[in-house]
Amino acid sequence: MADMALMTPRRLSTKAVRSREAKLRMAGVIALHAVIILGAIAMFFPFLWTIITSLTPGASLTNTPALIPANPSLGAYQQLFAERPFAQVILNSLTLAVITTVVQLVTSSTAAYAFSRLPFRGQTAVFGVYLATMMIPLQVLIVPLFAELKTFGLLDTYLGAVLPTFASAFGIFLLRQAINQVPRELDEAATLDGAGHFRIFTRIILPNIRPAIATLVVFAFMGSWNSFLWPLVVLRSPELQTLPIALAGLQGQYTSQWDVIMAGSVISVLPMLALYIFAQKYVIQGVASSGIK
Amino acid sequence: MSVSNAQTSLVDRAPQFVHSKPVRDGRTRNNKARYALTVLAFLLPSAIPLVLFVLGPMVAAAWVSLNQWNLLAPMKWVGLGNYAKLLSDPITGDVFLHTVYYIVGYLPLVYIGGLALALALNTALKGRSFLRGIYFLPVVTSWIVVALVWRWLLSPSNGIVNSALAFFGVHGPGWWTDPHWAMPSIIIASAWKDLGFVMVILLAGLQAIPSDMYDAAKVDGAGWWRRLFSITLPLLSPSSFFVLVISLINGFQVFDQVYAMTGGGPNGASEVVVQQIYDLTFRYGRAGEASALSWMLFVVVLAVTVIQIRGQKRWVTYG
Repeated sequence: MADMALMTPRRLSTKAVRSREAKLRMAGVIALHAVIILGAIAMFFPFLWTIITSLTPGASLTNTPALIPANPSLGAYQQLFAERPFAQVILNSLTLAVITTVVQLVTSSTAAYAFSRLPFRGQTAVFGVYLATMMIPLQVLIVPLFAELKTFGLLDTYLGAVLPTFASAFGIFLLRQAINQVPRELDEAATLDGAGHFRIFTRIILPNIRPAIATLVVFAFMGSWNSFLWPLVVLRSPELQTLPIALAGLQGQYTSQWDVIMAGSVISVLPMLALYIFAQKYVIQGVASSGIK
Repeated sequence: MSVSNAQTSLVDRAPQFVHSKPVRDGRTRNNKARYALTVLAFLLPSAIPLVLFVLGPMVAAAWVSLNQWNLLAPMKWVGLGNYAKLLSDPITGDVFLHTVYYIVGYLPLVYIGGLALALALNTALKGRSFLRGIYFLPVVTSWIVVALVWRWLLSPSNGIVNSALAFFGVHGPGWWTDPHWAMPSIIIASAWKDLGFVMVILLAGLQAIPSDMYDAAKVDGAGWWRRLFSITLPLLSPSSFFVLVISLINGFQVFDQVYAMTGGGPNGASEVVVQQIYDLTFRYGRAGEASALSWMLFVVVLAVTVIQIRGQKRWVTYG
């Protein structure tokens, strides 16, 4: 701080500059808090509205619920679990999301290591092809994919639902960017100690990209948890149904019962939020114990 | 290895060059094979599912694009007929134009907003974990719910936004019911929803910046803006690059929010490319044309991404 004051042309006013700067900083901190909290309210509002609607019996689109429901009730939640195998549906979604996340972690981290640390001829081109797999809309892949899984006899199975999500260009790209940020001196030091690529990958790279891994866990899980079109096409049996499809089914079934639909929405968001909060702690821990800090 | 080489060369120089060459060649060939195996071992787990479940269907879609097909009757070969038909149809230009409009409005909003949020929530703010969780909420909420809420907020007659504008004496626009304001409505809701996504990616990048760099800069008297432009942004550039590439790819494929908020209306004013693909396939049973349009979109996105990857050397710095 003192150095900075010295850099200003008039040396005499060091003290004045410092106090003005302190005031400015104080005002900045207050303004920052105000903006962040106002923004958070704006962010939270739609979710709050969802919760309120789920607690308002007989809520509908024309009958906008009051901010504080007159006689709040958990009836919508009871109805949700009473009329459908909703617990089974949640378990199905959970199973698919966990499988997808674990497999994507393996496929993404290994591929990211290859693209960041193992130069080979045509690497840029291969990476380009990987990225290209993100660029065609799923809507048009559905029909060929359906035909393909039909020949494999995998329609209406968990395996058929998760196989197309096993590799994610998004995850590979995310982790590659993170590995690129890990200083190469760390690998070189390990190489001098006689470590091979597999050892460098597990002992040096993975611990150093924990924030990115936690990010990928959240997004891989979320991608599976919220995926709609593919599970809808491939899973036919009611006992294999996933959450988004069950929610969409509610909309057809209870066109006027927005409290039930919103109760389902609240339930669908909660596990994601819990995972995010958990992952966030992990992100901070990971950075604190990594070698690059 | 260099150490042992130096030792042998000290013993005798000239013969070493002649004799060791075939030996070294054999060893490098062996090493090369082992290296190739290592590369394969790291690549195959992802390459196999990508080839089987994405690239394969992509090639199949290319084949479909050369045929007339209603998903039920056998395909009928039309060559490039679908492409010619699409290129002469003014709707094709319109849907691409609307998509670009969306991207141009959405990208700066979501990137600058997400960056500001990440920077703010990376400071020693009280309850920042809680706040991060709240900003991430819209990301995990389904578009069906988000669209519903935003249609309500932006309702022309009794929405909160227009009521607030009326309070300041401004007559609010018709938002999603007005052809001129339908796309801005979608852009606002999308930026709002994805802000937390950009924030999370950039936060992970910010966490990786060593704090001693900031301490050093502070000692040197660098102010906040100086530190932002000289340390934060350059060191964050791999994350920024990632956000921009992903957002552009996703932006070209914008669909869910359009489908849920306006359905492409009013009067096709917010109809985007993927919505058109969806309608062609599942509403009109013109799968051939839909595949052709997908491949046109693919070529555009690929070109834009290649330009970005080529250009990254100018501004992205890796550790």
